[in-house]
Amino acid sequence: MERIKSFDDLKNRYNTLKALLALRDADEQVKIDVKSLKFTKEILVCAGTGCVSSESPKIVENLEKELKEKGFSDKIQVIKTGCFGFCEKGPIVLVHPDNVFYVEVKPEDAKEIVEEHIVKGNKIDRLLYEEPLVKKRVAKHSEMSFYKKQMRIALRNCGLINPENIEEYIATEGYQALGKCLTQLKPEDVIEIIKKSGLRGRGGGGFPTGLKWEATRKNAADEKFIICNADEGDPGAFMDRSVLEGDPCSVIESMTIAGYAIGAHYGYIYIRAEYPLAIHRLEIALKQSRDAGVLGKNIMGTGFDFDIELKYGAGAFVCGEETALIKSIEGKRGEPITKPPFPAQSGLWSKPTCVNNVETFANVPPIINKGPEWYSSIGKDASKGTKVFALAGKINNVGLVEVPMGITLREIIYDIGGGIRGGKAFKAVQTGGPSGGCITKENLDTPITYENLTSIGSMMGSGGMIVMDEETCIVDIAKFYLEFTNDESCGKCTPCRVGNKRLYELLNQISDGTAPEDVIEKLEVLGNTIKKASLCGLGQTSPNPVLSTIKFFRDEYEEHIKNKKCRAGVCKKLMQYTIIPEKCVGCTLCAKNCPTQCISGKVKEVHKIDQEKCIKCGVCYQKCKFGAVTLV
Amino acid sequence: MSRVIINDIPVEVFKDATILEATKEMEDIYIPTLCHLNLESFNLEHRVGSCRVCMVEVEQGGRKRMMPACCTPIQEGMIVRTNTPEVIQIRRIVLELLLSDHPFTCLTCSKNLDCELQALAKQFGIEHLTYKGEQSTYPLDLSSRAIKRDLDKCIMCRRCETACNDIQTVGTLSGYKRGFMSVVAPAEMKSLKDTNCVFCGQCVNVCPTAALTEINYIKKVWGAINDPTKKVVVQVAPAVRVAIGEEFGLPPGSVATGKLVSGLKKLGFDAIFDTNFAADLTIMEEANELIERLTKNENLPILTSCCPGWVNFLEHQFPDLLAIPSTCKSPQQMFGAIAKTYYADKIGIKPENLTVVSIMPCLAKKYESARPEFIKNNVNDVDFVLTTRELAKMFKEAGINPINLPDENFDNPLGESSGAADLFGVTGGVIEAALRTAYEWVTKKELKDVVFTEARGLEGIKEATIDIDGTKINIAVTSGLGNARKILEKIQSGEAKYHAIEIMACPGGCIDGGGQPYIHGDTTIIEKRMKGLYSIDEKKQIKKSHENPYIQRLYKEFLGEPGSKKAHDVLHTHYYKK
Repeated sequence: MERIKSFDDLKNRYNTLKALLALRDADEQVKIDVKSLKFTKEILVCAGTGCVSSESPKIVENLEKELKEKGFSDKIQVIKTGCFGFCEKGPIVLVHPDNVFYVEVKPEDAKEIVEEHIVKGNKIDRLLYEEPLVKKRVAKHSEMSFYKKQMRIALRNCGLINPENIEEYIATEGYQALGKCLTQLKPEDVIEIIKKSGLRGRGGGGFPTGLKWEATRKNAADEKFIICNADEGDPGAFMDRSVLEGDPCSVIESMTIAGYAIGAHYGYIYIRAEYPLAIHRLEIALKQSRDAGVLGKNIMGTGFDFDIELKYGAGAFVCGEETALIKSIEGKRGEPITKPPFPAQSGLWSKPTCVNNVETFANVPPIINKGPEWYSSIGKDASKGTKVFALAGKINNVGLVEVPMGITLREIIYDIGGGIRGGKAFKAVQTGGPSGGCITKENLDTPITYENLTSIGSMMGSGGMIVMDEETCIVDIAKFYLEFTNDESCGKCTPCRVGNKRLYELLNQISDGTAPEDVIEKLEVLGNTIKKASLCGLGQTSPNPVLSTIKFFRDEYEEHIKNKKCRAGVCKKLMQYTIIPEKCVGCTLCAKNCPTQCISGKVKEVHKIDQEKCIKCGVCYQKCKFGAVTLV
Repeated sequence: MSRVIINDIPVEVFKDATILEATKEMEDIYIPTLCHLNLESFNLEHRVGSCRVCMVEVEQGGRKRMMPACCTPIQEGMIVRTNTPEVIQIRRIVLELLLSDHPFTCLTCSKNLDCELQALAKQFGIEHLTYKGEQSTYPLDLSSRAIKRDLDKCIMCRRCETACNDIQTVGTLSGYKRGFMSVVAPAEMKSLKDTNCVFCGQCVNVCPTAALTEINYIKKVWGAINDPTKKVVVQVAPAVRVAIGEEFGLPPGSVATGKLVSGLKKLGFDAIFDTNFAADLTIMEEANELIERLTKNENLPILTSCCPGWVNFLEHQFPDLLAIPSTCKSPQQMFGAIAKTYYADKIGIKPENLTVVSIMPCLAKKYESARPEFIKNNVNDVDFVLTTRELAKMFKEAGINPINLPDENFDNPLGESSGAADLFGVTGGVIEAALRTAYEWVTKKELKDVVFTEARGLEGIKEATIDIDGTKINIAVTSGLGNARKILEKIQSGEAKYHAIEIMACPGGCIDGGGQPYIHGDTTIIEKRMKGLYSIDEKKQIKKSHENPYIQRLYKEFLGEPGSKKAHDVLHTHYYKK
């Protein structure tokens, strides 16, 4: 693409390029005569990591082959987009301008899509999403319960544009926020807009973004840096990856705006090396942006220089902590340091540095374009705008959802998420990843804000949301998260390094039935010490899953400790395999397969399990054809 | 200045001071520390805030938080409380957690009663552990002959890392693995002998526990003393005599030469000799080499070569500069070579029946004695090297308290030395000793004022121009390998034009060597040891190496002239790229 010479030039390009998206404009906001367009139909195929692993590239290949065979190649184009968020039902194929949303598409469905839909104009009913409650198939995704309550700001372009084509980004008014900042606003004005918008850090801390920018701007230095934290690591969370895969230019534009605002001319995107697709798309977007003159030297002819470099993380969770991330970029061991000094004072190479996460950046261009009042009108209390959550666990609609702040957990889980899988009962939802806590049904109607989640013992975190049903053992859940923090602790400070290990060992004793009577008190004292004495956010929050589950499920803990009973049947060591004499026919199959030979009994006589020797492998349970082995 | 309230007392504190610094001068306030280490004389503070033993309550803007006192800067209006019940409980749990991952082998530990973790446990009155569990274990590293790494005892204070990377810029040690298994180790957990470690032992000096200690040769030395077929002689390095007294309650810097000699005799050594004798010998050869190079004006600057830690550093990190150090062996190795040739011959025994033991302030000397260049026909020039600390242990084991013994003199012919030789134990001493001799050799005039103040003091880099009767000589004196690196880089770039440079691996020189009694961060002890050595020089009648009559006799009877072929065969060496 030819270099953009000025903001006006950019706006002119936009006027030409907006036609690119005309067919996809379901709301018909772009007033363009569709007949004048080159293509008559567009088939959008999700090319996010989830759908790619479910063979969406093969779908694209087959669609193109079929279209060529039918002679439609010139009239109908297939476009690879970013993630639609409805990962549970991927791969997703969206046909425009008909606005038909196909789910769980397989490569072999390509033929039918082309023959039936494209050639004959018939919707393929079996590929449409069926609303589980009303058992009705829906073609328009805006009408699906999964999407109805969503509001996509950060994810606005994911599933809309081809992330490997900067022209499509420009067609969404892309880079106009940057152009406006560079030509019409002073850096202080930009900061004021962000402050007014109420945007807060979406990576976990929730610190007001405008204040962070202001603090970094105020620290005078010969050099400053912008860092985009793309070291997403909470279990199950993938919103940052989706933004980078589906809309990389928005992050580049936003970082450049931040650079202008704080007085930096260089930025780093610290991204996990395990995100190859996001890296690939970023590399394309960086090159295209430089070529287009919206990144690099003399951006849009304004004289402002800003460039961005990618730095790969090796997957250490703690490197998502900003000071550890900075150490890692400097080539040192990724370990946090005590704050103060804050990065805004002394960050990368000891220069003032502003670190924001991907989702935070993705919100910035719309705020500049539409104004801070628009943004702050969304949300509730001190939590403005939207938040992306990664829904996972025992929920029907696993996926990525963006909702306005203030929505309740119930709306997310039941309306958007479609309720609990298999019709089971809801037990708890874990938010905030390994730093967060469990929320019970009593708090399902709490409006989601940073402060509310903290007050009910959890936190916003980066937006992981793992739903648990009645078959989940709460001790096991606490163990799961603590095992994660134990693996991911950098080992620098004592409370996190040794304390979390001891916490985990105590939980293990509970699930093994060997814990002392006062174990809960021990867990609480140690957990609170780790929270107060640890060096960084990882350690300071790591006991949350334990402490919050003790708070809300104390009875279940006590059941494990005193009655040696796991109601969910998860803690194997508290369970016993026994043989029901009435059902046992003495076939000897269990005894023959027992690896420890702990089952005794003669042929055609009732067998017995020696509990001392039993290792609870469950082989007898699986092998018995008469249902005579039970787990109690 | 910032106004803060500490334990209800309003105080004014210098801006940027930490809470720990702010409370230093306050009576009745004590904040325990473990990972923190302030090496004031070397302008280096290790404050990573990792152990969390120094936690205090900080109230700011109505919000109370626990913060580490060692690395939290004071801010205007802060309210600090250092001993609330909660603060004390947190410190105690943190300490218990450290202990729960530490072997309970205090009775058989080489740092028993010299361990900072043990001292804290005693101070906190810890009698049982609330939280017990798995302990992290790692392979024991005895690969190097010099430094023992017993990482089961590592508490992740990271002091060794600071010593290795920031002070010495060697870069062998860093954090390894993560979470519960994290420990400080060479990359890929390599054995020390397979790394670029120079064995300076600065890591050992700062280790609060016994994770890093010397490899102990006491048993072997007892074995040699008890072997009737061996004649066992011992040499004592200069820095040992001003430090050994600390192990027996003498004030730091006390000169204990005569008592040391008495004690060594009581231990059963056959002859007590002085490394100082070999230091004088080194000056004869090195001053000769300096004058030769100055006269020809080639291969300058000359670098001193008595410090094996620094030689290792050069071989690993500056292989392009291998030609510039003096080819002189270190005094320890010169002594060994003379003992096993000249002396063995003089007393009529075969070299293999003579055992040479060194008492050194140093760990690199242990490594040096095993270098293949210093082994001939399977006979080491120096058989065993003990540190000052190991010698103290031997004395204690034998029930000998040297400070109660009368002073005795070293044996001859390898026991006499000039005051110049004593200076070898402190940074700047070698170059001062060399200048005393070189001056007289070049000018053929007597040097009246023997003290070269330009070379004295603990400063890391000293530069001066010395006027030797019209000939201007640019000298540099550095100690600490980080400082050495700066000078070496200047030589590489051609930016600096020096004639002679003294380099010692340890900050301050051998008085702060890796084998000296532990100073636990009190660098005033190093200054006192330095003054002790200066005082010995001051009191000696002979102050110039070439005036040592036994040295003169050695040349007459055995070596011929300084720089002779014989001298080269016995006293000089060469260096390798590593």
